[in-house]
Amino acid sequence: MAVNTQPIIRLTDVTKSYGDHQVLKKINLELEAGKFYTLLGPSGCGKTTILRTIAGFTDATSGQVYFDGQVINNLPANQRQVNTVFQDYALFPHMNVAENVAFGLKLHKVPKDEIATRVQEALAMVQLADFGEREISEISGGQQQRVAIARALVMQPKVLLLDEPLSALDAKLRKDMQYELRDLQQRLGITFLFVTHDQEEALAMSDEIFVMNAGEVLQSGSPVDIYDEPINHFVANFIGESNIIPGQMIQDFEVSFVGKNFECADAGMRPNENVEIVLRPEDLDIVAADQGKLVVTVDSQLFRGNYFEIVAYDTDGNEWLVHSTNPATEGEPIGLTFDPQDIHVMRLNESEASSDARLEQYEDD
Amino acid sequence: MQQKQRLSRSTAYFIPYMLWIVLFVIAPVLLLIYQSFFSINGQFTFANYQTYFSSSTYLMMTLNSVWYAFLITLATLLISYPTAYLLNETKHPQLWLLLIIMPTWINLLLKAYAFIGIFSQAGIANQFLSFIGIGPKQILFTNFSFIFVAAYIQIPFMVLPIYNSISELNTSYVNASRDLGATNWQTFSRVLFPLTLPGVRAGIQAVFIPSLSLFMLTRLIGGNKVITLGTAIEEHFLTTMNWGMGSTIGVVLIIAMVIIMWLTNGGKRRTRRGLK
Repeated sequence: MAVNTQPIIRLTDVTKSYGDHQVLKKINLELEAGKFYTLLGPSGCGKTTILRTIAGFTDATSGQVYFDGQVINNLPANQRQVNTVFQDYALFPHMNVAENVAFGLKLHKVPKDEIATRVQEALAMVQLADFGEREISEISGGQQQRVAIARALVMQPKVLLLDEPLSALDAKLRKDMQYELRDLQQRLGITFLFVTHDQEEALAMSDEIFVMNAGEVLQSGSPVDIYDEPINHFVANFIGESNIIPGQMIQDFEVSFVGKNFECADAGMRPNENVEIVLRPEDLDIVAADQGKLVVTVDSQLFRGNYFEIVAYDTDGNEWLVHSTNPATEGEPIGLTFDPQDIHVMRLNESEASSDARLEQYEDD
Repeated sequence: MQQKQRLSRSTAYFIPYMLWIVLFVIAPVLLLIYQSFFSINGQFTFANYQTYFSSSTYLMMTLNSVWYAFLITLATLLISYPTAYLLNETKHPQLWLLLIIMPTWINLLLKAYAFIGIFSQAGIANQFLSFIGIGPKQILFTNFSFIFVAAYIQIPFMVLPIYNSISELNTSYVNASRDLGATNWQTFSRVLFPLTLPGVRAGIQAVFIPSLSLFMLTRLIGGNKVITLGTAIEEHFLTTMNWGMGSTIGVVLIIAMVIIMWLTNGGKRRTRRGLK
C-alpha cells in the first residue's frame, strides 16, 4: 500500500453497547481524504452512533478510532479536527447568523479582522452573504441548514460529519441541497461523511455508500455497485425497489425460478444451490403474453408521473413490480422479458467478504 | 348567535378569578395608595412621602433591604444553579426535585423556630463547632444566620425555574459548542448559561422580591439587628399605629418590585424570541 493513501478516518472493530444492547457490532471502515461517504440504513441501525463516535460525543465500548493515522479514542470532541452539521442544526438561538458562524473562530482566538473575512466567505459559500445580521428565528429552515453548514465549514475541518441534515426540509429544497452539498464537497475537497435513511439521497450524492442494519455494515461500495449487486435480501430491498424471487442455481450462468430455466450472468455457486433472484422493476419490459419469458396477471397499477407502477402475480403467487412507460389493463395477462444481465443472483446469508472472494475468483478464471 | 353564547360562557369562567384579583389584589393596592396620603390624625397630606425621602433612617432602611435582598438572592443563585445543573444529570431528577420542594410544605414560622434550635448556644451547630474545637460561637441573631436561613427558605423557588430551563435545553447545543472547539467552561459561559438565563431571571424575581419585605426572619433569626422595610411596615401598623406611614413604605416597596420586574425582563426580548 502506498503511504500517501492513508485513510483520514479509520475504525477498527469498533463496538458500542448500552447495557446488554449492542448498538454497534465490530464496525470496520476506512474513509479516504476528499471523498463523499454515506452511512445508509433504517433508523436505529447505528449510523448516527458511528458519527457521534467519530465526532467524540460518544465513546466506543471497544475498538479504535483513527484520525490521520492517530488513535483519537481519548481525544475530547473540542480537540478533534472534525466538525458536525446536526440534524436539528443546533444553531445558538441567542446569537445572530454571523455570531453563530464566528463562534468557533472566536474560541480559537483568530484575529478579529480575519474572523470577519472568514465568516463572510463562509456565508457567501452557502449563498447567505447578506444574512449575517439576521436572527436565527428570522430565517427559514433551509437557510438555517445553510448556516449550520457554514458554521462547520468555516473551521476548515478535514472531515465534515453530516447527521441527516436534509431530513427536515421539503422535497424540492432537499433536491436542491443535494446538488449543492455535492458541489460544495467537490469544490472544497473535504471528506464528507453523510448519514441518512434516504436511499435516493445516498445514491445521488455519494462516492461510496455503507449500507447498515442492526449495528453492522452489510455492504459498502459505489452507488452503482450497491444498486446493481446487492449482497442480500435486506440491501436489495432497502436500495431501490426490487422483485426478490426464490430460485435455484442449476450451474454457472444458468438459474431456475418460477419453474423455468434462465441464462444469467452469475457464477461460482454450488450446483442446485438455493438462491434469491433480484429483478429491478425498471429492468422488466412488458410484451404480449405469448412472447414473454414469464407470464403474469396484472393486479393493479398506479400512475407515478413519469411511469406506471404495475403490480402483477405469476402462477406461483409471486408478486411482480413493474415500472413501465405504457399502461397495462388490470386483470389481463401480460408477458415480461428481461436480459440475462438484469438477473442478479444472491446466495442466502452470504457476507460481504465471501461475496467479494467469490467474485474475484470467478473473474480470475 | 351561538358564538356569542360560547364567548359569554368562557367569560363566565373568568369571573371567580377576576373577583379574586379585584378583591384581594387590586382593591388592597388602591387602599394602600389611598391610605398613604393620610397623616396619623386622618388628614390628607403628602407629608408621609416627604418624611420618607428626607429621612436618612428610611433611606438607609431601603438601602439595607435592597442590599440584604441582593445578598440573599446571590447566595441562593450560587447554590441553586449548580444544584439544578447536577439535578438534570441525575437518573431520577423528579425524585430529587421532590426532596428539594418538600421543605416548602412546612410553615415558614416552624422552619424559623427549628433554626433557632439549631443555631442556639447549645444547638447542633455549636455542638459541632465545639467538637472540632472552634466553638461555641454566637450564630443566632447575626447577619450571617439571617442570610443563611433566608437563602435556605428561598432555594426551592430558585432551583425550580433554573432546573426547568436547563432540562428544556436541547443537548445538541452543548455538543455543537464542543464540536466547534469550546472547553467545558466556554460551553457553560457562552452557550449553557446564556440559554438558561430566562430561568435564572424567573428565579431572581421569585427570590429577590419576597426578600425585600422579609420581616419575621429579621426578628426571629436576625435578632432585629437588620431593619428592613418589611420590619418598618410591621412596626408602623402594629406598634406605632401610623398606618399612613406604613402604607407609604408599602407603596415604595411595590414600586421597587415593579422596577425589579422591569429590569429583569429588560434583556429578555432576544433570548425568548430565539428560544421559541
